[in-house]
Amino acid sequence: MMGVISRDGLLGLVILALTGAVALRFPGFIAPANLAAVFNDTAPLILLAIGQMMVIVTKCIDLSVAATLAFAGMIAALMNGAGVPLALIIPAAIGIGAALGAVNGLLVWKAGIPSIVVTLGTMTIIRGAIFVLTDGKWVNAHEMTAGFKALPRAVLLGLPLMSWAAIALIAAFSVFLARTALGRSFFAVGGNPNAAVYAGISVGRSQFAAFTLCGALAGLTGYLWVARYAVAYVDVASGFELNVVAACVIGGISIAGGAGSVRGVVLGALFMGIIANALPVIGVSPFWQMAISGSAIILAVSFNSRQSRRQGRLILKRAAP
Amino acid sequence: MTQAPRHIPDRLHARLPRALRSWEALLLAVFALVFLANSLASPYFLNLWNLSDATFNFTEKALIAFAMAMVIIAGEIDLSVAAIIALASTAMGLAMTAGFGTPAIVLTGILAGILCGAVNGALVAGLGLPSIVVTIGTMSLFRGIAFIILGDQAFNGYPKDFAFFGQGYVWGVVSFELALFAACALIFTALLHGTSFGRAVYAIGNNATAAQFSGLRVDRVRFQLFLLSGLMSGIAAVCLTSRLGSTRPSIATGMELEVVTMVVLGGVSILGGSGGIPGVVLAAFIMGMLTFGFGLLNVPGIVMSIFLGLLLIAVIALPGLISRRKGRT
Repeated sequence: MMGVISRDGLLGLVILALTGAVALRFPGFIAPANLAAVFNDTAPLILLAIGQMMVIVTKCIDLSVAATLAFAGMIAALMNGAGVPLALIIPAAIGIGAALGAVNGLLVWKAGIPSIVVTLGTMTIIRGAIFVLTDGKWVNAHEMTAGFKALPRAVLLGLPLMSWAAIALIAAFSVFLARTALGRSFFAVGGNPNAAVYAGISVGRSQFAAFTLCGALAGLTGYLWVARYAVAYVDVASGFELNVVAACVIGGISIAGGAGSVRGVVLGALFMGIIANALPVIGVSPFWQMAISGSAIILAVSFNSRQSRRQGRLILKRAAP
Repeated sequence: MTQAPRHIPDRLHARLPRALRSWEALLLAVFALVFLANSLASPYFLNLWNLSDATFNFTEKALIAFAMAMVIIAGEIDLSVAAIIALASTAMGLAMTAGFGTPAIVLTGILAGILCGAVNGALVAGLGLPSIVVTIGTMSLFRGIAFIILGDQAFNGYPKDFAFFGQGYVWGVVSFELALFAACALIFTALLHGTSFGRAVYAIGNNATAAQFSGLRVDRVRFQLFLLSGLMSGIAAVCLTSRLGSTRPSIATGMELEVVTMVVLGGVSILGGSGGIPGVVLAAFIMGMLTFGFGLLNVPGIVMSIFLGLLLIAVIALPGLISRRKGRT
């Protein structure tokens, strides 16, 4: 597509080189079991990043994903405590996430507020709502039923269900974004909103759909997160929204909208997951992780702009509303 | 359709001159309402010392908000301000550990802030990268460096006279921070509304390409704005560190979002090109009085943040919905 090697290919090579370098000193790192554990650890980030990617592709941003995750996770834990069966809890978590995402989407679509302002607001509102709902109390492991906690860890064909959920949704959203009219409309809306309107695509409706899907993914991840770590409280995944955006940027999603792929996002998330898991192995203090992912974001975004520059000059940076 | 000659609007929704002129008036009304509700709700509210105490919870944020307002008006954003505080505070801790006195410590903090701003500015203006991504990256980087230096430790034991910047009073109940806030409010009002630099900021925020073709050095102005944002973050770091008397790498976590909220609440369009410093000053007072009033009523901070979030969305949605009801153009 561009040059000798695609951007995703390059990122893949960087990830392989990184893994290889760690494995040179610590061969145990590339043991299949460990790699599977790293993937499983990265699964929540992958799920959230796929949702965030759809929103960013439509020229928006969702800063409320981590709060939505925490809210849906808390509701799931409370429903579990009230004796609701798991078969109802998971759809409820997804539904709550989708509803919160739909609120974001409606405010962007119908009230015409920029998404960064909307989600900045809903982020604090949702976190506050969890506090009001629970009075700041935690739901701890002993208050959850065994089945609730076991589901994400249940092993099927050698991998935990958490990993399978990520794999299934990677596949589903790859097809959705490449092969369906709604999926393509996200790219049309982000690439050129004016042209999209002339092509008969409603910009607001597409953005609404992207926010709703992003929320639904955050809701599902909320259940998986709370069940896996067996604790729910107000500050679950606090600040995680920035890791999610970082995974997208490293994965080559253009913040200006219209460009990106599920494959890139998955690689971006894996890159962050491998760094997070490799640091303790090679004996570097985990305090380095923040600075490293910060540098990775800056490198990735300067690389993104290099590539777009090679393709031609951007004349109109922001289309008229 | 007649083409009326267009001028660059100073405020949002220039087609509704009355509504837009009343933006600050609306904020003033909200402030009066909050103030009245507070004084009715708690007998401890109308106390000069209590009120003076209450200003501490917005002065540091407001110092950054002034610079942030200009950055946002120019169509950029700086999400790394809280991380700059962390790094500048860590630098001050290092200077203190090395045995320097108060003037050198303060200078270190401010210089560290400017340096961080220069890094942001170079990436945004020099390399032409989108500021929202750059500053999400430097936010991780700056705070990450603070974490590398400090880990789970903290710097304590700042010199006694260093406490003046965050705890001292210049005249009666007027604290140093409040005086600094007032001085900066005046300086930034003059800078944004009374100089060619300020006009350039509006021009760039409305149409950067047109500004470029009008002979404005767009990238230089952008660089200077990030320097300014770094400088104000450095100054805020001096105040905050002095007030807390210690440095932890997690200092001021999440403050960038409060600062952005303050700026947007103050009537600055997040899309750039419109807004002003007086609105930001009012927004600072509203947020400070809300925090203080709820605190007196023993309302947890996180519940207050719900109101703040609702206020933010309502205040932004309102003008759009009103102008839509009046018909599209």
